[in-house]
Amino acid sequence: MSAPVQETFDCRVAFADELIALARLDERIVAVCNDSVGSSNLVGFATEFPDRLINVGIAEQDMVGVGAGLALSGYIPFVCGASPFLTGRALEQIKADVAYSQSPVVLCGMSPGMAYGELGPTHHSIEDLSWLRAIAGLGIVVPADPSETRAAVRWAAAAATPVFLRVGRFKVPAVTGDLPFTFGTASTLRDGTDVTVVATGTMVSRALQAAEEAAGQGVSIRVLNMSTIAPLDEEAIRAAVRETRGIVTAEEATTTGGLGAAVASVVVSSPAPVRMRMLGVHREFAPTGNTEFLLEHFGLTAADIRAAAVELAHG
Amino acid sequence: MLVADPRTAAAWRLLRQEIAEAAPERRRELLRQRANQSRAADLHMIGRAGLGHVGGDMSVLDILTTLFFGVLRVDPEHPEWADRDRFVLSKGHTAGALYSTLAAAGFFPQEELATFAAPLSALNGHPNRVKVPGVETNTGPLGHGLPVSVGMAVAGRLAGSERHVFVVLGDGELQEGSNWEAAMTAGHRRLANLTAIVDRNRLQQGARTEETSALDPLDDKFRAFGWDVHVVDGHDHLELLNVFTAPRGERPTCVIANTIKGRGVSFMEDRVEWHHKVPSSEQISLATVELAR
Repeated sequence: MSAPVQETFDCRVAFADELIALARLDERIVAVCNDSVGSSNLVGFATEFPDRLINVGIAEQDMVGVGAGLALSGYIPFVCGASPFLTGRALEQIKADVAYSQSPVVLCGMSPGMAYGELGPTHHSIEDLSWLRAIAGLGIVVPADPSETRAAVRWAAAAATPVFLRVGRFKVPAVTGDLPFTFGTASTLRDGTDVTVVATGTMVSRALQAAEEAAGQGVSIRVLNMSTIAPLDEEAIRAAVRETRGIVTAEEATTTGGLGAAVASVVVSSPAPVRMRMLGVHREFAPTGNTEFLLEHFGLTAADIRAAAVELAHG
Repeated sequence: MLVADPRTAAAWRLLRQEIAEAAPERRRELLRQRANQSRAADLHMIGRAGLGHVGGDMSVLDILTTLFFGVLRVDPEHPEWADRDRFVLSKGHTAGALYSTLAAAGFFPQEELATFAAPLSALNGHPNRVKVPGVETNTGPLGHGLPVSVGMAVAGRLAGSERHVFVVLGDGELQEGSNWEAAMTAGHRRLANLTAIVDRNRLQQGARTEETSALDPLDDKFRAFGWDVHVVDGHDHLELLNVFTAPRGERPTCVIANTIKGRGVSFMEDRVEWHHKVPSSEQISLATVELAR
């Protein structure tokens, strides 16, 4: 008998449901978008709160500036756009109008990573974590599943601080269960003693699967869900350095400056650093293919994570 | 964060009242004198710091003075008052002009001006809202002020507030595309609670705007984007006052204020090299004499 097929979810659905629920309770919540009412899954919001959806059209710099103006006037704007365009096109607005001005905007990078598969590198957002991590004062949150997406939306609405929320489109299984989302804190989804896998977003379920399979090979893997990329939970990394023999990072993003680089900077400054493997995209533009194919192409499957972890365990 | 200077704020209130009640010619004269005092303070600031954007400071100071001493519903002692009018200086490099105006209105003590650009001063080369009361958003990179102001105008409308949003744009910065994204949004949404003032001094850092990437016909451009447009003399305080307080239509307002870069200092006027050249102490003395006339 084959194993039951695991149910998977598009996190944009949970995002929109939670946003609408919050907006019913708090009229300061508004949404700003760049013609992305459909792709940001804001149709329901637009129907229920037509005056509170500000669609500026295909104009990302304007979108982020307008969001900042709303935030500086006491509103709680969720500024939504496909992540490559939100972060790439409006990077200077994110830096100056949002982060440097300390305007509490919730930047929602929809369909990040390689979720747009065959549409190609122009529509991929693998650089977002890297370039946003360089901006002071900007929180970066990457929920791993629908439950964590909801919790992150609730947190962001109340946070009164600039934040980037990476909202996945590529379907993922539920992995966080009843664990609470705490900004700035990694959650240990599985404990282990040999190697730690630090994963974020779409990679978390794959890390769990890798740990399950590695257990059959006698390798004990700890899985950390690093849903806050900035500020990084350095204590969780230092504990992993002390308590396990190696660290694998896994992200649907470039390893140049993303999660792997962030973790590495903590590891190398530890009293007794451990070996690492960074899984992600290594400064390459993707070839043509759907998301699943591309994740495989770049070595981001459960099997790849397991292989990297087992190698570190035996090394 | 700097804090208000109650004594100067009280003087500002009195002067505002005097200006409001004065006959037109007297009103113009009071504003002219006040603007020239800010020009002199700004020149000394730049001289001490050894940096600044003197040409654009001089061109924009009549606009800023008219707004802060005749138009804006703000309270220097309560800079976060929710229903205040919003003022955004998009051309953030002329921070010196804004600082000297804010200090003259009592938003912070005038002695602070002496710290301009010094290590750890609140008065950075470009304005910072977290440190300087009266600054609504951090500007510096060009093309940022108008989109943020559009957001503020949308917020004012959502809140059902009477507050008005004023934003000052440099003319050169209109070469940034983000302005036109925002101009389109404001026109489309008929944001009548928004006034954009263009400091049209016709010079950018290295050359004339019309030789670099021409902006004219600028009035037609804004009209085509759905704005009401007025073209005024940006150094005539009465004209500025009238256009800023005139009954507004149903569309956003664009005031193209024709100005002269370096205005008020004969050897600086309309000369491109004074974009950010620093005057010597002799030049500051000469300029101060001219401005005291």
